[in-house]
Amino acid sequence: MQVTVTVNGKTESHDVEARMLLVYYLREVLGLTGTNVGCDTTSCGACTVLLNGESVKSCTMLAAQADGEEITTIEGMASPDGVLHPIQEAFRQHHGLQCGFCTPGMVMAVASFLKEHPDPTEAEVREGLEGNLCRCTGYHNIVQATLAAARQGALAP
Amino acid sequence: MSTTLVDGPAAGVVGTRMLRREDPALLSGEARYVHDLVVPGALHMVVVRSPYAHARVLSVDVSAALASPGVVAAFSGAELAGEWFSPMPCAWPVTADMQSPSHLPVAVDEVCYVGDAVAAVVAASQAEAQDAAAAVAVAYEELPAAVDLEDAASDRVLAHSALASNRAYTWELVPDAAAVERAFAGAAVTVRERYVQQRLIPAAMEPRGVCVVPQPFGGEYVVYSATQIPHILRTMLGITAGVPEERIRVVAPSVGGGFGSKLDVYAEELLCLALARRLRKPVRWSEERSEAAQATIHGRGQVQEIELAADAEGRVAAVRVRLLADMGAYLQLVTPGVPLLGAFLYHGVYDVPAYAFTCTGVFTNKTPTDAYRGAGRPEATYAIERAIDALARKIGADPQEVRRRNFIRADKFPYSSPAGLVFDSGNYEAALDAALELIGYEELREAQARRRGEGATRLLGVGISSYVEMCGLAPSRVLASLNYVAGGWEAATVRMLPTGKVQVVTGASPHGQGHMTSWSMIVADKLGVSPEDVEVLHSDTAVSPLGLDTYGSRSLSVGGTAIALAADRLIDKARLLAAYRLEVAPEDLELSAGQFSVQGSPSSAIGLGTLAFEAFTAHDLPEGMEPNLEASATYDPTNFTFPFGTHVAVVEVDTETGKVDLVRYAAVDDCGNQINPLIVDGQVHGGIVQGVGQALFEEAVYDGEGNLLTTTFTDYLVPAASELPSFSLGRTVTPSPSNPMGVKGIGEAGTIAATPAVVNAVVDALSHLGVEEIAMPVTPERVWRSIGASAPGTGGGR
Repeated sequence: MQVTVTVNGKTESHDVEARMLLVYYLREVLGLTGTNVGCDTTSCGACTVLLNGESVKSCTMLAAQADGEEITTIEGMASPDGVLHPIQEAFRQHHGLQCGFCTPGMVMAVASFLKEHPDPTEAEVREGLEGNLCRCTGYHNIVQATLAAARQGALAP
Repeated sequence: MSTTLVDGPAAGVVGTRMLRREDPALLSGEARYVHDLVVPGALHMVVVRSPYAHARVLSVDVSAALASPGVVAAFSGAELAGEWFSPMPCAWPVTADMQSPSHLPVAVDEVCYVGDAVAAVVAASQAEAQDAAAAVAVAYEELPAAVDLEDAASDRVLAHSALASNRAYTWELVPDAAAVERAFAGAAVTVRERYVQQRLIPAAMEPRGVCVVPQPFGGEYVVYSATQIPHILRTMLGITAGVPEERIRVVAPSVGGGFGSKLDVYAEELLCLALARRLRKPVRWSEERSEAAQATIHGRGQVQEIELAADAEGRVAAVRVRLLADMGAYLQLVTPGVPLLGAFLYHGVYDVPAYAFTCTGVFTNKTPTDAYRGAGRPEATYAIERAIDALARKIGADPQEVRRRNFIRADKFPYSSPAGLVFDSGNYEAALDAALELIGYEELREAQARRRGEGATRLLGVGISSYVEMCGLAPSRVLASLNYVAGGWEAATVRMLPTGKVQVVTGASPHGQGHMTSWSMIVADKLGVSPEDVEVLHSDTAVSPLGLDTYGSRSLSVGGTAIALAADRLIDKARLLAAYRLEVAPEDLELSAGQFSVQGSPSSAIGLGTLAFEAFTAHDLPEGMEPNLEASATYDPTNFTFPFGTHVAVVEVDTETGKVDLVRYAAVDDCGNQINPLIVDGQVHGGIVQGVGQALFEEAVYDGEGNLLTTTFTDYLVPAASELPSFSLGRTVTPSPSNPMGVKGIGEAGTIAATPAVVNAVVDALSHLGVEEIAMPVTPERVWRSIGASAPGTGGGR
């Protein structure tokens, strides 16, 4: 079936299998491999992207369901000249990543969270990110990075 | 060795919190994990796995799979048996009489755990391969399964029909049995505890993946794998699949965490290689999460019995330990050796004269176990730190005071341990003091008493864990004495390019640790260049042919030392060239910030960059000097390193629901000198949470038939941010005398320390109710039942 979707500001149109999940559309059809697959039960959040500015787990929706919508992936966060988005920069400044596999999904989850909670408490950050698992950082520095990004007023793109 | 409480002054970049150079690629989604690699024409492999824990394979019929759309090939274990030149490798036959069952990448006659491979299907797409795999018809005759570890040890049910016993080996470390007997006979107080180390699923966020690309015209095989051990893997793939080693190039691209689970040689790596060889096409495999739960190794899996003999003041005179260790169905790369990595540490940080350790490795019909973050050392630390708390309760003393009474004193280092090691350096009391101050120990004890007095239903518990670990694996001669078949050295090359830029080649293989950052910091300070001018080459056997990879907190103390030594050798050569150019004696030159200058005549100087260019042009070199500035070093450590510290956990326990909240956590770690404290912090944070996971949340649960019930993240509870507090970190610095940089290692410390700290805290919260032991993971139900069992009528469960 034909799917037309705006991804990182660019309109894409492809004929895809009806059963194709959004994450595989992004990874295999568009070649946007920054969005990772870490589980098969919508638990880990490695595949988190923004759908019309709100975080969704792209392993849990069909590409067809994104027809006519706007998607932002991790590849769309930095500016075209390579300057990291303030959330990405906060993760770097606060050592909020190690192996990096959960990181794209985590950054997207933070972007969506901060849009809804521009001035969060630590407890709100922890609750807000509980759908995204990280096995390396123990979350400490991810929370610090999120709070720092909030202080800088880093909203979603 | 002196201990300081603050980071030492940083002359260059070493010791600073330099931001990681790895991060921009990872943060922007540009990093490439194995699943991200685009390989034109690659076929997709799916493995058909046994649904039975133990069964005879009567027949495997792949005909329907072969007729399925898109399928290129499908093979049973029998059809692939000719591909293997030797069985799946185990590099650690711990005893001469160790039993090991036949283990091929795909089973032929008998399957021995749920997840054991029975067939492989290859198709043009992943979906087609999956559909075809479901069409493979396998007839099984189910056999009784040995599931429970202690039951398996009784040989009531055999895990392998070809073996007469489930016992893999018994390994003993009993330096002086009579001394242990005497200590127990003369003890005023004894403690005897039994702990169960539940099985854990490592759960690196990136599942495993492999892609093998055969080069044309009988060329080499390029093996892309999500592995921690590209070098070891290359050798083992060559031996097992019968491919000459030099025709295998292993590349570990970005690797999404390992924690020991990617420190192995797996059936799928061998299968992709053999199928690529057979089909002359690239073959790839991507693990699914629920598949990973069964097909990737598990950690822990021990039943521990620990006894302490002490005097009336709680001074421990002897420690006696008996372990049963669950091997799972087969011996993977270092499965039998994992308990031995803890065997030397069951006396912990305490000066205990008499020591006895015995471990029996037992086969069960479950996923094989192997090294998981800490590997043997978390288990050892858990047992001694829980037992010390039990001793403190028995004599009515504060657990921190009992620790103090038993610590190996700072003036006793280097310390000859009762298990036969030499602990390099330590100051255990300083770390304990710092941790207690950081957490506010006295105030917590007052608050705890207050809540108890008020009859509060949310009780406070404080748990202490003082640990020491042996890291920096490992001196090769020691590994020989433990029957490990390889060495423990690491290799490095440092070269300067004509433009003055630097390349570092390392045999270490990072998967999240930030090696590119740390290695470039070390070399930047040595050569007086910016870290950004240092390129670090790793994880590809074509560019880094020599190495023993990353595990056991070894990368800095062994691999980093090799880099520092190689840089020193490069400087030695550069000094000769500088002396020639400046027409002085080499010993008259001093090196500072990358400039050789003549002592007493600083205007006469030449920089390393200039020398690199001159060594490259080779127009005017001293007689006999080879062109270029490049040096290599292979470092074999003379001893392990022994990081240590004290962690303190504070929990609130709800006596009405059994819920445990970890509310505060302080960690004071001493990993010797630090290259980058920012990275050290991150390692500690992550390590703590993996330890907390074992204490409170994680368990690979099997039913009585050997079915794994926790195959997804909805059943296997990897901790989330909402279940954790932020951590208070402190550090003492006691350099290691064992290596020139004085470093120790930090990758496993948090995991080693955290589990007993948290469980001690829960038991501490409930100790006045008579609770002494709660099995891990300490779930609300277990807590609630333990309250009821210990103090009927107090409101808890029954």
